[in-house]
Amino acid sequence: MSNVPAELRYAASHEWVRKEADGTLTIGISDHAQELLGDLVFVETPEVGAHLDAGGACAVVESVKAASDVYAPVAGDVVAVNEQLADSPELVNGDAYGEGWIFRIKPTDAAAVEALMDADAYAAHLEAES
Amino acid sequence: MTLRRTTLHATHEAAGARMVDFAGWSMPVHYGSQIDEHHAVRRQAGMFDVSHMTVVDVDGPGARDYLRHLLANDVDKLKAPGRALYSCMLNQEGGVLDDLITYRRADGYRVVVNAATRDKDLAWMRDVASRLTGTAPVEIRERDDLDMIAVQGPAARDLCLPLLPESLRESARALTPFTATEDGDWFVARTGYTGEDGFEVILPVTATPGFWQALAAAGVRPIGLGARDTLRLEAGMNLYGTDMDEQISPLESGLGWTVAWAPADRDFIGRQALERQQSDGVQQCLVGLVLEGRGVLRGHMSITAGEAGQGETTSGSFSPTLGVSIALARIPAAAGERVTVEIRGKQVPAKVVKPPFVRHGKALVDL
Repeated sequence: MSNVPAELRYAASHEWVRKEADGTLTIGISDHAQELLGDLVFVETPEVGAHLDAGGACAVVESVKAASDVYAPVAGDVVAVNEQLADSPELVNGDAYGEGWIFRIKPTDAAAVEALMDADAYAAHLEAES
Repeated sequence: MTLRRTTLHATHEAAGARMVDFAGWSMPVHYGSQIDEHHAVRRQAGMFDVSHMTVVDVDGPGARDYLRHLLANDVDKLKAPGRALYSCMLNQEGGVLDDLITYRRADGYRVVVNAATRDKDLAWMRDVASRLTGTAPVEIRERDDLDMIAVQGPAARDLCLPLLPESLRESARALTPFTATEDGDWFVARTGYTGEDGFEVILPVTATPGFWQALAAAGVRPIGLGARDTLRLEAGMNLYGTDMDEQISPLESGLGWTVAWAPADRDFIGRQALERQQSDGVQQCLVGLVLEGRGVLRGHMSITAGEAGQGETTSGSFSPTLGVSIALARIPAAAGERVTVEIRGKQVPAKVVKPPFVRHGKALVDL
């Protein structure tokens, strides 16, 4: 069973969202998603400063097998990206919720994150997909 | 549809393999990390369950004439039993029905064809045999009582030899590349699909679990189809159905070397079409690409080769050995050394190279 940390929010397309103290949101892909993809070999992050629409494709994670889009779980402006992934995409496999984070946004609507799934709902979603 | 299972299916699952549908078979794509498996084969030794592939024995007094008609390469190059030959099987239009290896045996021949083309190949082979006139009889027999395990890597032969039946150890040790030896239903060939040294072992299904476990105990790692694909791509070996198919001739697939034109009077299926193509000029060729910009090459990406025109990648991936992305690609024969590949709407530069990219653990292309 994959790891689904209780303190995070999740999108149906397998992104996780962490609320930071400064009001920004850190986003990555779930442990389940990295496991499905297999060894990552390339991550294309969004541009800092870019505006993302909710549900829009904004990053790409590629494994030896396949490329997969990463979607913005909520709308916002990109304030940081994980530069380490350029040389070490495998961080996403090893630590999907920590060092494998992909980008950080300042949400357009701070409340939007509350509409995402909590850990229980995401675990149920994974159960239903399998 | 129920997926077919190899003898080792439960063994793969117990080893934590992720199983996928491959040509109607439930096969391991990896056992944890595809990249680790890839490196294990380049650096030490790995084993592949390739029992989904189809072993077909071609026997009878007409076997030689039949195969000389069926295949674009000439089995008369097999001067002695135990020799192996890589060939395409073509349709009348010169398109590739499949690629296969033919082994000459003491009596008759053995061919190993792809799993994905099994039904089509067997039907074609039987049909061609039935239409032969004035030749001696041919017997075509699928050997589903046999499994196949490939053991590949720089240490593969040393680790494998003590685990073979004693009667085969000396002759297997003495095998040169592209030759085989056999005893009873055990058949050992020094062939493979990785660009590394090693054996492909055909054996009775009853012996398979014990042989696999013995190899594992000797330190040979199980390798899934995922790493098999990146290994063969680095080795510049075509994958049927991906890099060539019925619409494409071997001359457009980097396989012109497998077409035996001499003797001129050998009437193989597809010969006239290939001769026509040859005299008209072959317009496109299969080459290697090394991506110079960021990203990962995949199959079916469109290529711009300047004024020479357009092309397409046929298979691509990240090369674990080289640390860059590589591909096989079909481009205009007049293309130069530099092309661009469209990756998600961007034109990314790539260099044209002659495969293989990697052989025996060493990079063969300048990065």
